Amino acid sequence: MGKTLAEKIIAAHAQDVTDVSAGDLVTVRTDVVMANDITAPIAIESFNAMGVEEVYDSGSIMLVPSHFTPNKDIKSAEQARTLRQFADEQALCHRFRVGRSGIEHVILPERGLVLPGDLVVGGDSHTCTYGALGAFATGMGSTDIAFAMATGTTWLKVPETMRFVYHGQRQPWVGGKDMILRTIGEIGVDGALYRAMEFIGPAISALPMSDRLTMANMVIEAGSKCGFMPFDDVTREYVEARATRPYTAYFADDDAQYVSVHEFDLSEMEPQVACPYSPDNVQPISQVKPEQVDQVFIGSCTNGRLEDLAIVAGMLEQSGREFHPDVRVIIIPGSQAVYLDALRAGWLELFTLAGAAVSTSTCGPCLGGHMGVLAADEVCVSTSNRNFRGRMGHPDARVYLANPAVAAASGILGRVAHPDEL
Amino acid sequence: MKLEGKVWKYGDNIDTDVIIPARYLNTTDPVTLAAHCMEDADQSFAQNVQPGDIMVGGRNFGCGSSREHAPISIKGAGVSCIVAESFARIFFRNAVNIGLPILESPDAARDAQPGDTLSVDLVGGTITNQRTGQTYQASPYPPVVLGIINAGGLVPYTREILGIEITG
Repeated sequence: MGKTLAEKIIAAHAQDVTDVSAGDLVTVRTDVVMANDITAPIAIESFNAMGVEEVYDSGSIMLVPSHFTPNKDIKSAEQARTLRQFADEQALCHRFRVGRSGIEHVILPERGLVLPGDLVVGGDSHTCTYGALGAFATGMGSTDIAFAMATGTTWLKVPETMRFVYHGQRQPWVGGKDMILRTIGEIGVDGALYRAMEFIGPAISALPMSDRLTMANMVIEAGSKCGFMPFDDVTREYVEARATRPYTAYFADDDAQYVSVHEFDLSEMEPQVACPYSPDNVQPISQVKPEQVDQVFIGSCTNGRLEDLAIVAGMLEQSGREFHPDVRVIIIPGSQAVYLDALRAGWLELFTLAGAAVSTSTCGPCLGGHMGVLAADEVCVSTSNRNFRGRMGHPDARVYLANPAVAAASGILGRVAHPDEL
Repeated sequence: MKLEGKVWKYGDNIDTDVIIPARYLNTTDPVTLAAHCMEDADQSFAQNVQPGDIMVGGRNFGCGSSREHAPISIKGAGVSCIVAESFARIFFRNAVNIGLPILESPDAARDAQPGDTLSVDLVGGTITNQRTGQTYQASPYPPVVLGIINAGGLVPYTREILGIEITG
């Protein structure tokens, strides 16, 4: 019987067994163990409580301060310091300081630190982003991360896999964000619970890496354990410029077993919006009420890459317009490298002249941390990944999740808007 | 081990942002986290929860962020056990890892009403609703999960498997 990508990558990392199937419980080797400034402090507490003295491999542990950095208050500063002290004590090879860093899920792929065929566990639910490269990558909590730091292993139940096939030509203003929102809207926030999601089809083959990262990033919003893009020329081109070590590409077998197959035709799909208060409350933009907005946020591990900012810059240049005077537009490049590239392209000046606040990289407003927390009853169009009640601030604030083009159009027109309205 | 407690009933897709909002994630202190547990959904919870009370959820309980602060805040509030129709996978692991009992039983979760008293037998995996007298069998744990539960959480389990003695 053929194997899925999840089965193949887990089998290649399994201890004691060489063949695994969905449902098996296995112990696996980890290639990369990641945690951030919120999850690492508890992971470090647990690691110390375990009585372990040294991490399993100082080269594979990556502690990335990203959520409340640059430190938003004293307690956050102390949490970030905990990461630095642990990295010093354990002589970790990779360091991620403010000014040389960014959002973990932007910088780890960008720097070739996560690679195809890797098995990655991260103390952040959006660790699944790396599935865009063909890695098995899944989010875990802090104590699981402590165990992986101590032993270089974790336990997993091999997931069943759902397959998602995308046909047809993408319409203008439609990208990976719309494809994954539509998918989550179809299957629901627990539609892939405990399962893996494999994405294939001609529209995936034609999809640039930044859009693939956006799609894989949000599989957790369907409850999924991990998601996979196929390894192809797009992957190879992205990875070969960056890889810091050798990697292995895996391919699903033609006769692999899938629990379900879902087909999507993009030829009629317009930009999609997830309305308050759930990522599966998805409507095509033409069906969304053009509500007035108070804030627009463009950034995050979902849509904080250079290609996302390029869309916004292109719209400002072509329309010659500024952002609406009543809207706070906050644009946050996802990494120092994205910031620098956007700066050199002249886009940060363009955004600033158009009336946007442009910040150094942080997760910031996505989780209501800082740099754009919402007040009661405020409305925000955000390119991030969650619009749960209270996610970006006050529980009565209302967040619409959308792609960067819809966010920019909404920022310009002052209401939820289709980019074609410019 | 047997538990008994009053039910705090919540719905489907209770996410970790609702369980403990990110504005409180600049601390790892269980007491501080417990004081804000569920406050965006139910302000009365943290004020009125009694030690031993049982939280009951619908489908996909604990979805969203991987923050271990979520089960820590629930455990810190004194909740003895969570029963739900289903759990999000990261939350399930986190609860097991910190030694917070967690049982999946769609019927028990659906039938429980606010204020009901549930008796839970963790060894047998049974849940009894004292109001109706009905007893439910929870989904069995996989062996590795049972091992972690029996050790009292992932920290003591790790010490056991690595042969690390507790000192001091």
